[in-house]
Amino acid sequence: MAETFAPPRRIDWVGISFAVVLTLVIIFPLIVVGTWAFTNVWRYPAIIPQEFGLRFWSQTLARPDVWSAITTSISLACVVTLLSAIICLPAAFAFARLEFPGRSLLFFSFLAGQAFPKFGLLVAIAGIFLGLNLIGTFWGVVLIQLVGTLLFMIWIPVAAFQGVDRRMEEAARDVGASPLRVFWSITLPQAGPTIAAAVLLTFVNTFYETEGAWLIGAPGIRTMPVLMISFINNQPVIQYGAVLSVILWIPSFFALLFARRVISGGSFARGFGA
Amino acid sequence: MAVLDIKGISKHFGAGVLAVDNLELTVGDGELVCLLGPSGSGKSTLLRMVGGFETPSGGSITIDGEEVIHLPPERRPTGMVFQSHALWTHMNVYKNIAFGLKLRRRPADEIKRRVDAVMELVGLAGYGERQTHQLSGGQQQRVALARSLVLEPKILLLDEPFASLDQHLRERLREEVRDIQQRLGITTLFVTHGQDEALSMADRIVVLRDGKVEQVAAPDVLYREPATPFVAGFIGTMNLIEGTVSNGTFSRAGFSSPLPVGDGPVTFAVRPEALVIAPAAGAGAAKIHRVTDYGTHAIVDLELPDGLRLKSMVPEARHWTTGQAVDLAPRAFSAYRDNALIYRSNAAR
Repeated sequence: MAETFAPPRRIDWVGISFAVVLTLVIIFPLIVVGTWAFTNVWRYPAIIPQEFGLRFWSQTLARPDVWSAITTSISLACVVTLLSAIICLPAAFAFARLEFPGRSLLFFSFLAGQAFPKFGLLVAIAGIFLGLNLIGTFWGVVLIQLVGTLLFMIWIPVAAFQGVDRRMEEAARDVGASPLRVFWSITLPQAGPTIAAAVLLTFVNTFYETEGAWLIGAPGIRTMPVLMISFINNQPVIQYGAVLSVILWIPSFFALLFARRVISGGSFARGFGA
Repeated sequence: MAVLDIKGISKHFGAGVLAVDNLELTVGDGELVCLLGPSGSGKSTLLRMVGGFETPSGGSITIDGEEVIHLPPERRPTGMVFQSHALWTHMNVYKNIAFGLKLRRRPADEIKRRVDAVMELVGLAGYGERQTHQLSGGQQQRVALARSLVLEPKILLLDEPFASLDQHLRERLREEVRDIQQRLGITTLFVTHGQDEALSMADRIVVLRDGKVEQVAAPDVLYREPATPFVAGFIGTMNLIEGTVSNGTFSRAGFSSPLPVGDGPVTFAVRPEALVIAPAAGAGAAKIHRVTDYGTHAIVDLELPDGLRLKSMVPEARHWTTGQAVDLAPRAFSAYRDNALIYRSNAAR
């Protein structure tokens, strides 16, 4: 009879040091910010706060500018994501499936928005928007943020559509589905998870987008990140910033929960052509 | 009665690439016809034109007397099984099979009855709730087959359906598919590049080469009476010897044989089992290069003085050794000139 011997357990120092470094770099700042958000009094040199509490939550949430920033941010992110999907998804399908003159040139032109220093680009656009009276307006910010979403919302869905097995679509035609029905019942469900990943990325990126929102939106439009920056710059009290940070985590937390449900393993990677 | 009638069909890809060249083919009711040929011979293109996935450059395809060439795939009475299975991975087995019936808006109880029946037929009873990725390759192929069969197509199109399966499974599935096909009496067009598959399944085999038909015949006829040197070389193993005939004798290097045809170049074809070898007293016609024992028989590789290799099948390996000089006596053979059969010995018939 064969006996199995457990190999002598070796301590995986490399793994442990990775875990420690990651903890320090990612988890530790989160813990510090999270702690600050629920702290009433924390004076040097105490290691833990002298007094926990929700005092700064009630103070922060009592401010009308916070509430208006939350509404602005959420509606901006929703509108931009929706518009981006309406514009980009059909375009992505065309890029993936149709041959037309200038296809590759147009396709790679979406990189241009990311290839140059963003701030310079924004300033130039702001100049144009000034002439169009779009500075400080909701739709001005929508437009500028829309530009930032193009790359992900085109490139990832293109990969998703290209990744759908053409034989699957042919098999559906074969059993009697019209081209439109094939798109609806086969192509879209097959590409769905990857496209959902792109939509999610777009939503979260837009929610946290700061430069464009600040440059084009100020002073009329204040998003959460813009408000947080001004809090950090203008308030001597750390807790305001910390509370806002925690509030800012909420959308990405829900996005991640949603992502786990919608996106099967590897969809993101497939979206990037892996 | 002819169910499928293909007349003068051609397909060009781009400029000058002729995938299918003015091809004619008739498939009778309940017949299983294999399209056999090397890759690039146009067999898949032909099948895809019947299914409606490629538009022919010219010609006509009728099914039950009705012209289908202008119909899109969804309106043709054909059912296709793809090499890659092409199952819809976002649906379970039941939904995959039921999809076509749902599109036809059949009542729910009829859909259930027909899907269950076809799953029983292909040996997948009880697998309805499985996801496609939980199935083995053979089971996936059965789902693909069931998906087509449930719609009762007039013609079943199989595009190298077993190519992605291992040898053992392939042999079992082809027997099953043949059984199902005969039981349902469904007219079937089957593409393969494996001659074993074609020989074991088909009522008739169409050998294709460069988009043209080389020969259409029943498997046994194809094996015994290949019409061209290409078919002779493609079906089974064949020694093809290029040589010349003068005064009724074919010769090439040390090999010669009586051949009552006119003088000139000839391709002499003899199967390994018909090429009898005998120990030579002197130099002999050929030397043994290698002896491979397969248990039931042995294959002797021979080398003519000019280097041409031939194969001979012998009952036992032990009488033969490498380097031995042998004489050759073709027992049954045929001869080709200008790509056409010009002579077949009596025993070859």
